[in-house]
Amino acid sequence: MIKTDVIIIGAGPTGLFCAHQLGVIGLKCEIIDNLDKAGGQCIELYPDKPIYDIPAIPECTGEELTNNLLKQIEPFKFKVHLNQRVEKISKEKSSWKLTTSTKEEFLSPNIVIAGGVGSFEPRKFSVKECEKFENDTVLYSIKDKSIFNGKIVSIFGGGDSALDWAIELSKNSKVILVHRRDEFRGAPSSLDKVKQLEKENKIELFTKYQLSKVSGDKKPELIEIKHDDSTVKSFKTDYLLGFFGLIMQLGPILDWGLNVDKKTIPVNTENFETNQKGIFAIGDICSYPGKLKLILSGFHEGALAARGCFKYARPDEKLKFEFTTTSKSIRERLGKSN
Amino acid sequence: MAKITYIEHTGKSYTIDVKNGLTVMEGAVQNDIPGIDADCGGSMACATCHVYVKEDWFNKVPSKTEGEDDMLDQAYEPKPNSRLSCQLIVSDELDGLIVNLPEKQV
Repeated sequence: MIKTDVIIIGAGPTGLFCAHQLGVIGLKCEIIDNLDKAGGQCIELYPDKPIYDIPAIPECTGEELTNNLLKQIEPFKFKVHLNQRVEKISKEKSSWKLTTSTKEEFLSPNIVIAGGVGSFEPRKFSVKECEKFENDTVLYSIKDKSIFNGKIVSIFGGGDSALDWAIELSKNSKVILVHRRDEFRGAPSSLDKVKQLEKENKIELFTKYQLSKVSGDKKPELIEIKHDDSTVKSFKTDYLLGFFGLIMQLGPILDWGLNVDKKTIPVNTENFETNQKGIFAIGDICSYPGKLKLILSGFHEGALAARGCFKYARPDEKLKFEFTTTSKSIRERLGKSN
Repeated sequence: MAKITYIEHTGKSYTIDVKNGLTVMEGAVQNDIPGIDADCGGSMACATCHVYVKEDWFNKVPSKTEGEDDMLDQAYEPKPNSRLSCQLIVSDELDGLIVNLPEKQV
């Protein structure tokens, strides 16, 4: 069990800057995120798109912003726990106990929820039969590509993941690529490669088709795809891979006894605490009169929530307000020698 | 002003007046019509305000801009008449518009 002063749920810009503010006031924290990298929506939705409304930064991309925030918290050496979602929380005396999807446990008097619009989950096939094969022969991510060797793999989707995996798996498998329209949103060079492989009969390509039926008992045997004009094709397949992008879901947060209104958590604007003592919410997930879903607002909310955490983490101490420019103790925490 | 009808997957329908300049998504959200989530708030960064536009209306609504089809790829059960309702700006010309809501948004 990891014990710390504050657990931050969500490694987006708001969560990362809140960590910085905790470090500045001398608290420790651990950050947990469901994605495989830090950055949240910035890195998942718009890594290359410019952002123009970060104060004092005329223009930067989501990726640059994330990298700079990570650099800014580097001196504190906080751990970012990736690829896991907080599933359960429970009260343990004056602390909160958290359990994640990978069964890690944390104990802390404070939780800061910086969860954006929820955790990112892969969008799944809408054909119901797919559920019973999920994680076995119906997959939304690939951990071990060798399982596909010599098999028939049907890949669905039109983005980079679908194209890249079609190209990669065509080396050792029979690949069928299906997309709901003629245009692909993946990189043009990947699409050229796919078209080339189609000519070489290494990939079978079906556009304007969507999955309509999966039949089979223990594993999918026959699948049907349906064209926009209702033409149906059916063929054998061993694996179905769906790459339809990610959706955001609040998930288990809904079960934590927090007030939730239209997918957001109401907070006070003094320290962004929720209806539960020691649980704070900042960034897109919180709501209060006048709330703006901007990154800069998340920074402000994180700074105040960090101060709110102090009284539970250090009940016998009084927090002194200091500037980073003039405080010797802050400079020490930042690892600056003078 | 336009009268817009939203029909849930179950068949339940809601007809409301939506002011010009608002989007079909905003009309639904402001009137608490269930079935349109609009997680990203209308910035075409998610696909949770997905609707099906009745065939006879499909060519009359504002046409898709770059990026909408990419997001629709990520919608639940997209069809040829799928649109993101945050991109449908209401005007007098849309008076009588009917949109069907998908079974779910996510």
